[in-house]
Amino acid sequence: MSASNWTTDFLNQLNSAEFFIVPARINPNAVVSTAFNGDPQSDKIMLWQIESRHWQLFSQYALEHNLRWAAGWAEHAETVFIVNACFEKEGIYVLLRTRINTNNPELPSQATVYPAANRSERHTQDLFGISFAGHPDNRRWTRHQAWGKHSYPLRKDFSVQGEPQAVTPPDMNYPFVKAFGAGVYEIPVGPVHAGIIEPGHFRFLAVGELILNLEERLGYVHKGIEKIAEGRTPDSLARLAGRISGDTTVGHCWAACRAMEQAAGITIPPRAALIRGILAERERVANHLGDMGAICNDVAFVFAQMQFTRLRELWLRTHASVFGHRLLMDRIVPGGVSCDLSETACTLIKQEMLQLKNELSEVMPAIDLNSSLEDRLYTAGYLSPETAAAFGTLGYVGRASDQDFDVRRDAPYSPYNQVTFKVALEDKGDIASRFWVRYKEINAALKLIDQFIAQLAEGDLLADWQTPPAGSEALGIVEGWRGEITTYVRFDSDNKIARFYPRDPSILNWPALEKLTLNNIVPDFPVCNKSLNGSYSGNDL
Amino acid sequence: MLRLFKKILTTGIVTEKYKAPKDDELEKLGIEIKRHIDKQFSGSIAIRQVDAGSCNGCELEIHALNNPYYDIERFGVHFVASPRHADVLLVTGPVSRHMQTALLRTYEATPNPKWVVAVGDCAACGGEFGVSYASCGAVSNVIPVDMTIEGCPPTPLALLKGLLGLINK
Repeated sequence: MSASNWTTDFLNQLNSAEFFIVPARINPNAVVSTAFNGDPQSDKIMLWQIESRHWQLFSQYALEHNLRWAAGWAEHAETVFIVNACFEKEGIYVLLRTRINTNNPELPSQATVYPAANRSERHTQDLFGISFAGHPDNRRWTRHQAWGKHSYPLRKDFSVQGEPQAVTPPDMNYPFVKAFGAGVYEIPVGPVHAGIIEPGHFRFLAVGELILNLEERLGYVHKGIEKIAEGRTPDSLARLAGRISGDTTVGHCWAACRAMEQAAGITIPPRAALIRGILAERERVANHLGDMGAICNDVAFVFAQMQFTRLRELWLRTHASVFGHRLLMDRIVPGGVSCDLSETACTLIKQEMLQLKNELSEVMPAIDLNSSLEDRLYTAGYLSPETAAAFGTLGYVGRASDQDFDVRRDAPYSPYNQVTFKVALEDKGDIASRFWVRYKEINAALKLIDQFIAQLAEGDLLADWQTPPAGSEALGIVEGWRGEITTYVRFDSDNKIARFYPRDPSILNWPALEKLTLNNIVPDFPVCNKSLNGSYSGNDL
Repeated sequence: MLRLFKKILTTGIVTEKYKAPKDDELEKLGIEIKRHIDKQFSGSIAIRQVDAGSCNGCELEIHALNNPYYDIERFGVHFVASPRHADVLLVTGPVSRHMQTALLRTYEATPNPKWVVAVGDCAACGGEFGVSYASCGAVSNVIPVDMTIEGCPPTPLALLKGLLGLINK
């Protein structure tokens, strides 16, 4: 474990405050990094166990030390709940853990200190029945009406089938925030939206066209992913992970496979790691192209929409011809990859990238010089760096508000430890910044793919799987196209999954939308929303 | 502004230029669709897409139908913002229990005659998610389905073919 970093001071301070933390490795089976092999990220994740009464106090110390709250989840193990929270600073992760009795499942809330923990704790409250004392907003979140107030789907005594009614009633009485006064009115939007997009509900409080408040109500596409993951084999879990959010199939699949491989102590072949890198960067480019077009379309600039959807279609056709799937589903499998890259394919990919660069060099100036677009995108949907930091905002949304963090650089995993690249950053925090960050990320991704292809050497695509001992656990952390994905896996006996929790970046980015739409006009909401582009499915699980 | 026009002119019309064998088939398919739609709906069919719990993969490919390569609107097929304006509901996803009532209400809001097309493996049979405390599984478990287009997700070409199959019915 790397010694000279902030954790030493922080630990000393905590232990002098009677925390008595003994740092440990989360995954004793994990491949320890050596100079030439192994996994560089596994050295950067520590497990700290504390007593439950210190849960909130820890977060206060953590905030003082500028740690970022990254994820939270729980697990039911016979008579106890194991509760976890994941913190990060300078690319080093602390997995904080405590145990509470199932008879009186209560824990002091960290959401009072970290707004980022708010919805995550509500999710845990709804699915485990753990109450977080002092939580600033303990309304139900993931639970609508599909299960009762006093039943908890992720407890072991709750069957996968549950006891659903023939028709699940609508969630009518959710206590939305209200506002009163002359001229204040509500606009309910969704769950079925006007476009071809995922379902969710937005409740606007407006005066005239000005948005006074926006409240999100998500959870409509909750599919019980955490529950149906239990008992799966590694291959089956990878397939499920690839369908957490269709646009992030590579990202989620990689995070889940990394977690499983770490838990089982498997190193994937270098060629497989490079191909994973190529897949992930291609997914990033495809999504950014789609988003950039859609942002322009939401301010009625159809030229850009048509150009970007055209470029995206060409890009996806190469996905199909080279990798065998337009969205790259199921290309990453436990132990490696299920697709190879021939010499001819590499040449084709390189030519295509050159062509894309040329096309963009024509399209981007035409966009940049368009004053009506400028008028709509600059200063609109402003997210301050302070707000972005407070909510732990990730990916291009964070990086457009000066949050200089990228897992690929700060906690690199193979193959990103073998390349150099620049993390795109903007500091204006508006829609234009989120647009330009995407463009910079496309360029960075193209350079990365070039480097990965240059390093491709003959070799295996798949490492032999070995069944991990029961109880083996690990975190898989990757930079998906939306930002950091943090995935937790624990194995049961017989190669079966006991617990799976994927934290999509959207879970942390959605609350930022409520903030960045304030004081904008209602007609600008679609473009504000698209500039953030959270995943509903990845949020609801 | 000149750059913009230059780019438009140099890009040309990709839709019609496309003469590769695969897209010949697309062109043919499209014309077939047009013929059938003309017969049944006077040259226009309005689709309301409903995501009832999908992972968003199907939506990405449905979106692609509107890109200049497929340009589905040239066949008189277009997407509308309200079920009140729709002839066809294009439903994706296993139906999550939290979306069950919303889907039922959307179905009721769609005027007769209406068709329901279940898009993607999840909508067809529950897919990777099946039936559980949180999911009703296939769309046909919730509303009557006239046809299914399989695939995870179905390609834009498969979606076009599927629509043709529906109209042939």
